[in-house]
Amino acid sequence: MIGEIFTASLFASTIRLATPYLFASLGETLAQRSGVLNLGLDGMMLVGAFTAFYTVLQTGSLILGLLVAIITGAVMGLAMAFISVTLKAEQGISGIGVYLFGLGISELLFNKFLSTPRTVSGFPQVPLPILSDIPVIGNVLFNHNLLVYGAFLLVPAMWYVLNRTNFGLMVRAVGQTPEAADAMGVSVARIRYTTVIIGGIFAGIAGASLSIALINTFQQNLTSGLGFIAVALVYFGGWRPTGVLFGSLLFSFVNALQLQISVVGLDIPSEFAVMSPYVITLIALIFASKRQDKPDALTKPFERGG
Amino acid sequence: MTFTTTIVPNFIKSLRTRRLLELLPIIVTLILAVAVSSVLLILFDANPITAFNAMWQGAFGSQNSTAETLVKATPIMFVAIGITVAFRGGVINIGGEGQMIMGAVVGTALTLSIGESLGALVIPLALCAGFIAGGIYGGIAGFLKAYYDVNEILSTIMMNQIAVQLMNFLLNGPMLDPTTEGVNNIAKTQRIPDIAELPRLSIDLGTVQLFDRTRLHAGFLIALALAVVIYILLWKTTIGYRIRAVGLNPHAARYAGIHVGRNMTLAMFLAGGCAGIAGVVQVLALGYRLQTDGSPVGFTANAGFNGIVAALFGGLNPLGAIFSSGFFGALLVGANGMQRAVGVPAAMITAINGLIVIFIVSSQIFTRRIARQRLLQPAESSPVATPIISDPSADTPTEGVLL
Amino acid sequence: MIQKTVRYLIVVAVVALFTGVFAISAQEDEAFSVAVVAPSATNDLAFSQSMYDALVLLQEVYGEDAFQFTFLDGVFIVDDAAVALREWAASGDYDLIIGHGSQYGSIIEELAPEFPDVSFAWGTDENTFGLDNVFAYTAAAEEGGYINGAIAGLMTESNVIGVVGPIEVGDAKLYVDGFVAGAASTNPEAEVNVVYIQSFSDVPLATEAAQTFLANGADILTGTAQMVVGPIAVATENGIPWFGTQSSQAELSGEIGVAFQVYHWEVVLDEIIGLISEGTLGGEAFTLTLENGGLAIEFGDYFTPDE
Repeated sequence: MIGEIFTASLFASTIRLATPYLFASLGETLAQRSGVLNLGLDGMMLVGAFTAFYTVLQTGSLILGLLVAIITGAVMGLAMAFISVTLKAEQGISGIGVYLFGLGISELLFNKFLSTPRTVSGFPQVPLPILSDIPVIGNVLFNHNLLVYGAFLLVPAMWYVLNRTNFGLMVRAVGQTPEAADAMGVSVARIRYTTVIIGGIFAGIAGASLSIALINTFQQNLTSGLGFIAVALVYFGGWRPTGVLFGSLLFSFVNALQLQISVVGLDIPSEFAVMSPYVITLIALIFASKRQDKPDALTKPFERGG
Repeated sequence: MTFTTTIVPNFIKSLRTRRLLELLPIIVTLILAVAVSSVLLILFDANPITAFNAMWQGAFGSQNSTAETLVKATPIMFVAIGITVAFRGGVINIGGEGQMIMGAVVGTALTLSIGESLGALVIPLALCAGFIAGGIYGGIAGFLKAYYDVNEILSTIMMNQIAVQLMNFLLNGPMLDPTTEGVNNIAKTQRIPDIAELPRLSIDLGTVQLFDRTRLHAGFLIALALAVVIYILLWKTTIGYRIRAVGLNPHAARYAGIHVGRNMTLAMFLAGGCAGIAGVVQVLALGYRLQTDGSPVGFTANAGFNGIVAALFGGLNPLGAIFSSGFFGALLVGANGMQRAVGVPAAMITAINGLIVIFIVSSQIFTRRIARQRLLQPAESSPVATPIISDPSADTPTEGVLL
Repeated sequence: MIQKTVRYLIVVAVVALFTGVFAISAQEDEAFSVAVVAPSATNDLAFSQSMYDALVLLQEVYGEDAFQFTFLDGVFIVDDAAVALREWAASGDYDLIIGHGSQYGSIIEELAPEFPDVSFAWGTDENTFGLDNVFAYTAAAEEGGYINGAIAGLMTESNVIGVVGPIEVGDAKLYVDGFVAGAASTNPEAEVNVVYIQSFSDVPLATEAAQTFLANGADILTGTAQMVVGPIAVATENGIPWFGTQSSQAELSGEIGVAFQVYHWEVVLDEIIGLISEGTLGGEAFTLTLENGGLAIEFGDYFTPDE
């Protein structure tokens, strides 16, 4: 029985499930490290998912679809930055506003331009040469589509940017003590604009990873609240890319496991199976290390001379 | 629809204090929100004038629609009142959905097991049960934050999902309506006995019977009373003082001998309790049974989230929450009216609601700026957004209390 | 003085803006008019679409002058449906008011006695609450499920079939149970695995459930509810035959679409409309079956790609 459950495909499934969370959570991590909470993640993902899907449906070009998702994500990020940085609006509420707008507008566009669900052929699996030939692990880790690889490569990239670059230093400074950063000549607004826009871009890509790589279709509310889990995973990860990676993998693994268990036919009430990723993630956090890099200025608009 | 709740109070204030300019940003915001929404409506083939007229009619056009606005506002108000306590105690509660569900599940279970044996006493008992169940569910998140350093945003998001699945399990299993013949078409409990139903409200004005044959129910009054109780608790009792002290500055509170963890847990218990009452009231006053379509929103109607927005709009003051909840009730019911009358898709309503929220929350900077210029005040030291309905006696907590 | 005037003007302007000056055009009286509230979108390729398609068809048959309908979709919040149903009932504009979803039962039960002259219908259920102005309708989804299952049982080579279901209630459960029985009837060896994902709309989870089925050897997939667009996309990508229910998914599934059980609510609606015209406002329950034509099996392109 154990052998039936813990198959290689279980781990491949974990990797697939973790992909949208990684994009969205890592982008959100960057934004939050600069002090901006973007609760509108799910709305941005939905718009990115639709625009990418529609572009691919019309042009057949996956790269173009991804590019459009990046652009729409950036535009929505810009809007969120304008609202939260320039207008200094309360971030939790405006994020919910952005979410509702994205949820509504993506469905409206879907109704207007598609009117019925369609499918596209999305990013194909690209087995990495040599690596994918490794028995068992090869197929689990190195036989996915490009966006999956991208999501996992983003972890070290984001770690590097945050911890080893001048930009990352400024981001952390702005999120920790914006007054000090400002005094040292760092433009708090510019840094926050940049991080929120980058966060929006990755939210757009996260959406695209669903609609043109993993699911290859679009329907109303395609993400089903996935963006909110992504925000929770940032907290789980203690605002560190590696923590986010661990959280995404854990959550996705339990989700893949509960599906696998149901498919293999173990008699567990499906409600408890579906519930399990949430329970395990919560329990894990109680026992996990408490290392956190919580930005002190999170959700606090910066006002010079304040 | 906006002016009855947020603008009218401000407007009256501006008349009094001759600060007409203060009103301008809100009007400009509203006009902008209406303008952008109009563009959306036109793009999707709807007449904006007809649409906004329908929205107003939907919220306040008749006694029935006004009653529905208040019915919609009631659960939002309960949650918002609770959120106020949590946020004042420095805990960000986004677990309103889950707490509502737990309150409803336990309250309904108790109501069904008591049945008619205790007469109308079942109602207060059910409300208490809902309060305690929601309270414990919220309290767990508070406890985990206070003693295990588990971030409450994470835990409450997760616990919302857990509550839904628990409800799905119970309603399709142990609590499933035993009278269902043949196929069970939806996971639901048995109907509650008539005696346990919260009465509907109608106001007798002699010649006219106001709100007759509408769904306006006693839960609305309970919410109003609760707002007053929580207001007193927060600002007139030691318990409230301690909770607010912890929210303002946990370190200082600790030095002052206040038990931080205990008060955080208590704040979340109270917050969850209020949401729990919302859940029971929805069952006892409207549905008369608990049922689930598998999603949380089918039952909670997003009140757990709208309550957060309402609490913040209400200036983290239970009395302010009354007005802001009314505003959101009107917005949501009016939007449904628009959907019915003009035939705009539900998605358009969602998008417009989002826009209105964004525009209103964004306009506060101008309101603040003007207020500051008027008063020739030095720049605010508090980085927290000043709420529309501000309460001068209530200093806003600073310790990461906003979402 | 000037300030006062300005203030007054602003108030007038705002009030005018919101109350508007245009009245909503009144409904025509001659046509039979129906109002429907449904939980998901009219293009969900599932439950709500089946009702929408039926109404569109009836309008084509009767003509727009004789038949009109209002369709309020995406009302998954039960409380919002309550408002709409009450408004419609009170307006007196509609000859028939339909709550298309089992979750609306309690509302109909409360509303119908208040408006005894208005006819209501709801489903899927068989319960008319003993009221003279409530019709109930349901679908014997197990029938088409059995047929789909029987075909699938003959087709499978790996003897593993995957079923993605929402919640174990109502017509979803009927369909799945029928499918399992049908598959067993033609192929006792076949193993039919069912996963209920506890949601009607969670496409990502439904998609991964379908992926998990394929990874565990399934060579045929089926499912019910609006989230099946995800599994259909998975089936399409892997060339796996797909069986559907509620609405026809032939267009979306293309060459992998085998058979679809389609609900033809117009059969029931036609009967209800006839009864209402004769003065019977309710009290009867209807079931769509293969026999009465309310259920039909439509075939997709799977068997006909070469033609």
